[in-house]
Amino acid sequence: MKFLVCISQTPDTTARVAFTPDGKAYDGTGVTFIMNPYDEWYALVRACELREALGGTVVALNVGPAANETTIRKALAIGADEAVRIDAEPTSSAFTARQIAEYARAENFDIIFLGKETIDYNGAEVGAMVAEYLELPYIAFASKLDLEGTTAVVERDIEGGVEAVEVALPFVVSAAKGMAEQRIPNMRGIMMARTKPLKVVPAVPADEPVQVVKFTLPPPKAGVKLVNPEDMDELVRLLHEEAKVL
Amino acid sequence: MVLVYAESPRGQFKKAAFEAVTFGKKLADQLGQSCAAVVLGNVQGDPGELGRYGASRVLQVANEQLNTLDSQAYAQVLAEVARQVGATVVILSHTSTGKTVAGRVAVRLNAGLVSGVSSVASVESNGALVVRKSVFSGKATAEYAIVSPVKVLSLMGNAIRPEAIGQPVAAEVLPVAVPALRVRVREVRTVEGRVPLPEAEIVVSAGRGMKDPSNWGIVEELADVLGATTACSRPVADSHWRPHHEHVGQTGIAIRPNLYIAIGISGAIQHLAGVNNSKVIVVINKDPEAPFFKAADYGVVGDLFEVVPRLTQAIRKFKAAQ
Ligand SMILES: Cc1cc2nc3c(=O)[nH]c(=O)nc-3n(C[C@H](O)[C@H](O)[C@H](O)COP(=O)(O)OP(=O)(O)OC[C@H]3O[C@@H](n4cnc5c(N)ncnc54)[C@H](O)[C@@H]3O)c2cc1C
Ligand SMILES: Nc1ncnc2c1ncn2[C@@H]1O[C@H](COP(=O)(O)O)[C@@H](O)[C@H]1O
Repeated sequence: MKFLVCISQTPDTTARVAFTPDGKAYDGTGVTFIMNPYDEWYALVRACELREALGGTVVALNVGPAANETTIRKALAIGADEAVRIDAEPTSSAFTARQIAEYARAENFDIIFLGKETIDYNGAEVGAMVAEYLELPYIAFASKLDLEGTTAVVERDIEGGVEAVEVALPFVVSAAKGMAEQRIPNMRGIMMARTKPLKVVPAVPADEPVQVVKFTLPPPKAGVKLVNPEDMDELVRLLHEEAKVL
Repeated sequence: MVLVYAESPRGQFKKAAFEAVTFGKKLADQLGQSCAAVVLGNVQGDPGELGRYGASRVLQVANEQLNTLDSQAYAQVLAEVARQVGATVVILSHTSTGKTVAGRVAVRLNAGLVSGVSSVASVESNGALVVRKSVFSGKATAEYAIVSPVKVLSLMGNAIRPEAIGQPVAAEVLPVAVPALRVRVREVRTVEGRVPLPEAEIVVSAGRGMKDPSNWGIVEELADVLGATTACSRPVADSHWRPHHEHVGQTGIAIRPNLYIAIGISGAIQHLAGVNNSKVIVVINKDPEAPFFKAADYGVVGDLFEVVPRLTQAIRKFKAAQ
């Protein structure tokens, strides 16, 4: 079996959010970047588990600049066999999806894994686009994935529940919490990661139908209004008359 | 033409569909165009009722193959309908279905996509559509210009209220070919009773301060009097005190209800990431230093085991007087 795991890099969850003075771009100065949690904890680990059970190869793919190679090496340390970096600054989900699809087209992966969304731009867009470019089925927000021969049984999160579906290989899937348990890379994995292949391929040109106008930070909150714990009638009054939510 | 996909999971329109149609109608007015809604598969009731929310045409592809979600088939049909009606904007809901389909529709229509849109910022004279969405888990807002001739966007839940701004119309059945399905639904397990979290207008959420799962009765009771949906922090779901689908935050569900009541939750940044788009936040915590108070509109410093039943009582009294 051949599995592709698309990994992205995002600012650490606790990082402060700031933008360049023109408001056009995220200002990552001094920020620690991490592998997007859904990609690392669920997509990558499940792909590694399936490879361990069935044999095959796990390829980790990132669309990004050379600076992302620390994150890519981490994917190798966790268990990917090889890695590919498509050498470009990912400017939009359309661009990223186009790159992933162009690379995957010739490789005949059995399953293409992504995370359910990136925690910075919160798009949940790339997976569906990749699937459409490759004309493959797409299951989003999968919290469970098992293979029965060449058929997969996948549970996906829906509003207020889960839906179990059946789909034949090959397909594209985005991983949500539950699909696997987070793995911490061990010393051996980290050593081995250094010698695993990391291929750099050039990007293909792609249209940019969406452009950033500006990013803004929300105005600071007015501050909390404290209510006497003995007087919940007062809280109800405030929620009704002032906040108008009751 | 502005085309809205009015989704009907398991044959039923949800609030998300009404919101999307209302949003579509308002955008259509701004563009000097009309708004059509498209319905996939069979639905309970008359789809023409969507006219009430502003659709001047309701189109139905009543093929039973579309009763379950296969994103490939959905995208192919939606793109075909968009072409037939000459849509310049296609609107979906930012739900599990919408997120599965929107990117595919955009690729098929060679269109720019912005997902999770909360409002339209402007319509530019060069034809670009500028929309707003929340990014960095609610810590910032972005404005994006969609510059392609056809534009696709998905609307964030609770971004606007459905409004009765039109009249029911006669639904038109569209004969559109549906490809063979490749995804087969085996089973659906949904929680009955409460409104699903992403759709809930009021959410009552509790954390580790509850001490034990057997204490959740007071949370349920508060949720019941409010007609609210219950949620929880991640450690609570991780220790199986509450079901996984109640987990909100960065690794759980992101919500934006009108009212979020946080009980015995410290307000870690990863928790806030899923809830800080709520319109009004009430925090009940015995520790005045709990970080959640910084993100709250109203705070109660006190023991939740005393405060929550008192609040339930006060709401009951308020509702009875209404
Ligand atoms: C990468 C990452 C992702 C994460 N994602 C999420 C996520 O999606 N969602 C999430 O929730 N967390 C997430 N977390 C965990 C998060 O950092 C916090 O650990 C978690 O939110 C804390 O849960 P809590 O507030 O219920 O518990 P605690 O932090 O233990 O807080 C309990 C609170 O209850 C109060 N309390 C105790 N007793 C009482 C009482 N009798 N009356 C009133 N108040 C009382 C205490 O003062 C305290 O503030 C994530 C962490 C990481 C590292
Ligand atoms: N630059 C990238 N390189 C590789 N994969 C990516 C990249 N950006 C996003 N992805 C994948 O697409 C998923 C969804 O991203 P998004 O649509 O941006 O929310 C992520 O969880 C990743 O698996």
